[in-house]
Amino acid sequence: MKSSRRKFLKIAGVSALGLGAKPVLDVLASSGEHEATSTPEIKKGKDALTAKRWAMVVDTRKIESEEDLKPIIEACHKIHNVPDLENKNHEIKWIWAEEFQHGFSTQEYEFADERVKHLPFLTLCNHCENAACVRVCPTKATFKREDGIVLMDFHRCIGCRFCMAACPYGSRSFNFRDPRPFIKETNPEFPTRTKGVVEKCNFCAERLAVGKLPACVEASNGVLTFGDLDDPESEVRKLLKTNYAIRRKPALGAGPSVFYII
Amino acid sequence: MTNNKKIYDKGMVIIGLCIFVVVITFPFWFNFGNAAPAPEPKIADKAKAAKECVRPKAFMKVEHMQILNEWRDTVVRDAKRIYVNSSGKEFNMSLTNTCLDCHTEKAEFCDKCHDYASVSPYCWECHIDPKETK
Repeated sequence: MKSSRRKFLKIAGVSALGLGAKPVLDVLASSGEHEATSTPEIKKGKDALTAKRWAMVVDTRKIESEEDLKPIIEACHKIHNVPDLENKNHEIKWIWAEEFQHGFSTQEYEFADERVKHLPFLTLCNHCENAACVRVCPTKATFKREDGIVLMDFHRCIGCRFCMAACPYGSRSFNFRDPRPFIKETNPEFPTRTKGVVEKCNFCAERLAVGKLPACVEASNGVLTFGDLDDPESEVRKLLKTNYAIRRKPALGAGPSVFYII
Repeated sequence: MTNNKKIYDKGMVIIGLCIFVVVITFPFWFNFGNAAPAPEPKIADKAKAAKECVRPKAFMKVEHMQILNEWRDTVVRDAKRIYVNSSGKEFNMSLTNTCLDCHTEKAEFCDKCHDYASVSPYCWECHIDPKETK
């Protein structure tokens, strides 16, 4: 009696071990196969434009009225599927026209020259060197890329709107509604956004990746210049060297990368 | 020793137990044999012509979501948009512009299985199915 129970337990233990080991061995075997057949690689496109710090120069001397800015704004909003919402509280904008007294509130003064006072300024995300939006984002949905672009990962945005409170330039918009019904012509190559995320200008990161300049620059007829601020030979540096340019709210120390030649 | 292991109202108790078992197992035998057949995703002509996906079919079947996750992060965060697979072929890492370019029938390819497995990925709330916009 005693010896047979002992035998039974022994056999049972060994069988349990064998049954348990089989699936483990299977998994090990199959994972080994995967490793052997594939070592895929991920890289940048060969035409991709790269820089240390992307920047934009707006030559306001070439702007006369808001009419001049319309095609630039439209080019951007069209390719990025930016909706056109009538309710001002729900408005989404990546690039827009702003009066001097609002856009440059710290530099505005009573006796400013008439042209500047009434000129529409093209405003967009400044892709700041010390971006406040990046610091406050609790999910790192907004982050600074190596090339200086302040980019949003819409997948991660939880819609808390801290970044909107932090941005001193009003460059960010929140999707209070599903934007899709308000997009006149959808560009299938670029995703739309969904209700509950914040969005803003991305300096056309998707175009730079394939070797194209931002859409607004392309549509601007020379009003906008885009280039590497870190490269002394770049177009933007040449323009800044020979012309006096201002930035929005410089005293805040955000270090905007968008310059305005007055 | 007296036998005190006696069930009172034996008949009623057994009938009650029987009813209980029948009611509890009702969903199992009522739906027996009615299981929905596993769907066979329809592979679009363009995908058939291409013969090979980014990775082997078996791998894609099981791990396409991991690949898409990886693509999403590297494209957005690392600005790397080109995927070179094991046979050296290059792909632009884009759901709408690469995956759906071949797999043109989203409803017959993606949705069919997702519905069956009762998963609802929210990719399509932002990413566009080119067919739906036309």
